[in-house]
Amino acid sequence: MPFFELYNYWIFILLMMIGLYTIIASPNLVKKIIGLSVFQTAIFLFFISLSKVAEGTVPVTVPPAEVYSNPLPHALVLTAIVVSVSTMAVALAILMNIKQAYGTVEEDEVDQAEAH
Amino acid sequence: MAFVLVIPIIGALCIALLRRRPDYRDAASVITAVCLFGAVLSLIAQLGVKPFQAWVLFELLPGLRLAFSLEPLGMLFALLASGLWVVTSIYAIGYMRAHHEEHQTRFYVCFALTIAAAMGIAFADNLLTLFIFYEVMTLATYPLVTHHGTERAVMAGRLYLGYLFATSIGLLLFAIIWTWTLTSSLDFRSGGILAGKAENPTLLILLALYAFGIGKAALMPFHRWLPAAMVAPAPVSALLHAVAVVKAGVFCVMKVVLYVFGIDLLHDTGLSVWLMYVAAATIVIASLIALAQDDLKARLAYSTVSQLSYIILGAALANAAGVLGGSMHILMHAFGKITLFFCAGAIAVASHKTKVSEMAHIGRQMPITMSAFLIGSLSIIGLPPLGGSWSKWYLILGAVDAAQMPLVAVLLVSSLLSIAYLLPVVGRAFFASGPEQSHGHEIHEAPLPCVLPLCVTSAGCLFLFFFAGEVYEFLAPLVQR
Amino acid sequence: MIRNHLPALIVIVPLLVALVMPVLGRGDKPWLLATLASWASFAMTIVLQVQVSGLLRNPAATPAIISYPIGNWQVPWGIEFRVDALNAFILLVVAMISAVVTFYARLSVAHAIPPERVRFFYSAWLLFISGLLGVTMSGDVFNVYVLIEISALASYTLVAMGRYQNRKALQGSINYLVLGTIGAGFFLIGVGYLYSVTGTLNMADLSTRLEPLHDNRAVITAFAFLLVGLSVKMALFPLHGWLPDAHGYAPPIVSALLSGVAIKVGAYIMFRLAFTVLGVEFTFAKLPTGPVIWLFATLAILVGSYTAIQQTSLKRLLAYSSVAQIGYIALGFSLANENGLTGALVHIFNHALMKSGLFLVAGIIAYRLGESEIGALAGLGRKMPFTMAALTAGGLGLIGVPLTSGFVSKWYLVSGAIDRGLFPLAFVVLVGSMLAVIYVWKVVEIVYFRPASDSAAKVTEAPWSLVFPAWILVGASLYFGIDASLSSGLAQEAARFLLSQS
Repeated sequence: MPFFELYNYWIFILLMMIGLYTIIASPNLVKKIIGLSVFQTAIFLFFISLSKVAEGTVPVTVPPAEVYSNPLPHALVLTAIVVSVSTMAVALAILMNIKQAYGTVEEDEVDQAEAH
Repeated sequence: MAFVLVIPIIGALCIALLRRRPDYRDAASVITAVCLFGAVLSLIAQLGVKPFQAWVLFELLPGLRLAFSLEPLGMLFALLASGLWVVTSIYAIGYMRAHHEEHQTRFYVCFALTIAAAMGIAFADNLLTLFIFYEVMTLATYPLVTHHGTERAVMAGRLYLGYLFATSIGLLLFAIIWTWTLTSSLDFRSGGILAGKAENPTLLILLALYAFGIGKAALMPFHRWLPAAMVAPAPVSALLHAVAVVKAGVFCVMKVVLYVFGIDLLHDTGLSVWLMYVAAATIVIASLIALAQDDLKARLAYSTVSQLSYIILGAALANAAGVLGGSMHILMHAFGKITLFFCAGAIAVASHKTKVSEMAHIGRQMPITMSAFLIGSLSIIGLPPLGGSWSKWYLILGAVDAAQMPLVAVLLVSSLLSIAYLLPVVGRAFFASGPEQSHGHEIHEAPLPCVLPLCVTSAGCLFLFFFAGEVYEFLAPLVQR
Repeated sequence: MIRNHLPALIVIVPLLVALVMPVLGRGDKPWLLATLASWASFAMTIVLQVQVSGLLRNPAATPAIISYPIGNWQVPWGIEFRVDALNAFILLVVAMISAVVTFYARLSVAHAIPPERVRFFYSAWLLFISGLLGVTMSGDVFNVYVLIEISALASYTLVAMGRYQNRKALQGSINYLVLGTIGAGFFLIGVGYLYSVTGTLNMADLSTRLEPLHDNRAVITAFAFLLVGLSVKMALFPLHGWLPDAHGYAPPIVSALLSGVAIKVGAYIMFRLAFTVLGVEFTFAKLPTGPVIWLFATLAILVGSYTAIQQTSLKRLLAYSSVAQIGYIALGFSLANENGLTGALVHIFNHALMKSGLFLVAGIIAYRLGESEIGALAGLGRKMPFTMAALTAGGLGLIGVPLTSGFVSKWYLVSGAIDRGLFPLAFVVLVGSMLAVIYVWKVVEIVYFRPASDSAAKVTEAPWSLVFPAWILVGASLYFGIDASLSSGLAQEAARFLLSQS
């Protein structure tokens, strides 16, 4: 059934939703960033899953193979992973500063500290 | 033509630079006014020259230019504003010094800028130029309205700005852009530019947008800013709210009726009948409110609201007599009302009294002022031998021509009402019985710089009665085919 | 030789200088280098504009398109920088504002950032600028994503640097980071769907291949994701939640560039996708993009302006005002006719000038007073006349008083709405102006009519190196309100070009 053949898209959507949910629902800022990471990973999986060609082999020219998988999305994902890692780094740096400034990384405690 | 705009601006600069020397500064103010009046007079000669080229300043947007041209109505307004500026400058000097007002330099600078804006409005060749200078005038008069800087003045300033910006941005600008999309032109042309460009319902809505959008014409219900602005010093009220600001408003209405819609279009389609009745309602209601005011300036303010609608009524009648009557009233009312405001200011300076109920016996103490007040009142009421009678006559004629008999009744009733709110002031001043209320100090006439202008303007009211024929001839080209 | 490589140089020069920056010591060297780099880019964008625009040639001609394949890899397999009438205009805006604000930055940064961090600030600053310039020029959708993220990461850092003045900047920054990354993620998903259907990432190639695919559900989904992602970047209501905190607590020059330029670049990508890549027929005829965006734009204008009225901090007031102004741009976009698009594009130019100028004024106030609460501005009209005059002039521009550039944008937007017969939308634009009167006048009244508070009593006018750039921007906004032929001419050329492509 085509429904189950598209399992890669389902996984992608599921992971994306898990990531978004974590971002929204989690009170701890570090967990939010983890959720962000899961969200971005879901997108990477989406891209990679696009690259698989039916009955295609690894995109390295090894005769007698005729059909190869698409290498371009892999290159795109590598770039995107770099972006994601940099984003995580900046986010964690900001979180360290928040910890320094407020003494906590729980979002409600930070809000409370500001409300005074 | 360029002089007309440049002179007041240079004057404003000179006044600003001379702020440390009050005498030179005030002299600069008067000299600028006289120069401007001279410049405007010199333009009359060019009025008859055909064809007159529009003088283009620059192009704002592709197809939209800042341009100026001469025509009779604009000429009238410019002469009026510049001429009365001379008189008001002298009055202002007297008033501001007697009252020891602060920020006098700012006052004179903004005055000059306002008159510059008035010149821009008077000679505007298209709606965009008109709109630009209309907004500039609002901004230039704001510091004048909030001059005293008190809580009340700031509140009044908010009302002023709120009403004027809301109507000009929300309604007038809308109408202007809509007109542009309909006709690809914003120029003022004889016979109007809208004929045949849109359906009647659209034109009706456009007319409403223009009439209510020109908030300076104080058509009800957008009149509230006028009484609020009375918190300003008397010279401000005199020139701006009896002459420059409000006259700019009704001038714009008249120009839109004459040159954007065209009287023929309005006459044939009957599009402006509703406007006649809104104006009529304003006339009556404002007069009634004026009756109830004890503060003299407030009473005069509502009287202005009422009188402005005479001019709008004349425009809405869309026939020769109505338009000419309305245009003449611009002139007549200006002289009458400025006299009244000058008197109110003089009374305030000399006796510190602002309420009508306190003004018993003032006539004996300030006979010249109150006589001038009487003359001004008679002109507003519309009795001969004062100028106001002629404009009223033509308006009634216009109403008859348009077969709108209820409007004739309204005009006559409003005369009665104006008698009721103006003459008692005079009566109380001269003929009141009862003890003197002198608050413990002697009351004399106000200083000479205050008294002289009001004599001049009241004499003007008388003079205009005899001069009305020339005014009529001057304005006649407005309604010629 | 430089002429041939202009598109690449515009992005590379600030990028390289940014990389060099951290090894420099303290003192003014970082500022000087940053200023030189940004001015170099500005000069190059002027040359590009002249090369591309048909208007500036004599006699007037149709606009040219400059295609620059990076590394000489030919399209559609390589990445290209493609400059046409639309981007040349936006590039000009970005580079111009960056150049002026960088010049202003010397004293403001020295005041707000500790000396050992200054060189890192300028490094991030130049990365931000080069990222924005690259986004505007790129002709490849994935490259756009990468450059968006470069500029975004730099901007998260820059916003967080506001912590030295107010620690709320950290929260603002982390919120901005999370929302911005989600937005960029959605954009990436959209790119993925487009790739899965067409097999290409080059914009020109995409537009050819997408023509027969208007009914394809993947394409429609792609457009939806792209639109949402860009709305986050653009701060279009209701995805504007990150903007007030980020722009409100960041150092003033960062806010100037964010509000004035960064969100406009997001809007530019939306224009590019809707008109060039997907085509007017798909975006507006097949999908109800127009009505949807009208709704959000209207809400942006009304809610943004209304919330601005209630703010007590000058920077937050300006931030909410930006939300409303983006609403105008989105409104022009959704009208999809010549006047509407011209209005949106010229407003990108005009608002960039006004809002950056206003934020620079806020920076001057912060420099002198140490805070930017509106209440603290009482009585400054006499103490800092030039600065407050700039504030008033910029405020009048936001209102759209004639003879300011704001009037020009409003004129085109209202004409565009009336051309489509959408009178309520025209009225909304004017209502926005009226609401702006309220929040601008609130500030003006306090500045000129209230007596000076104790903290303001000893204040004098700010140093000219701060006041002069603010006046350049505000003065330019007045100039282009009086003679709008250049700005509106270029905007109109870009609008016509966009409409002729589909």
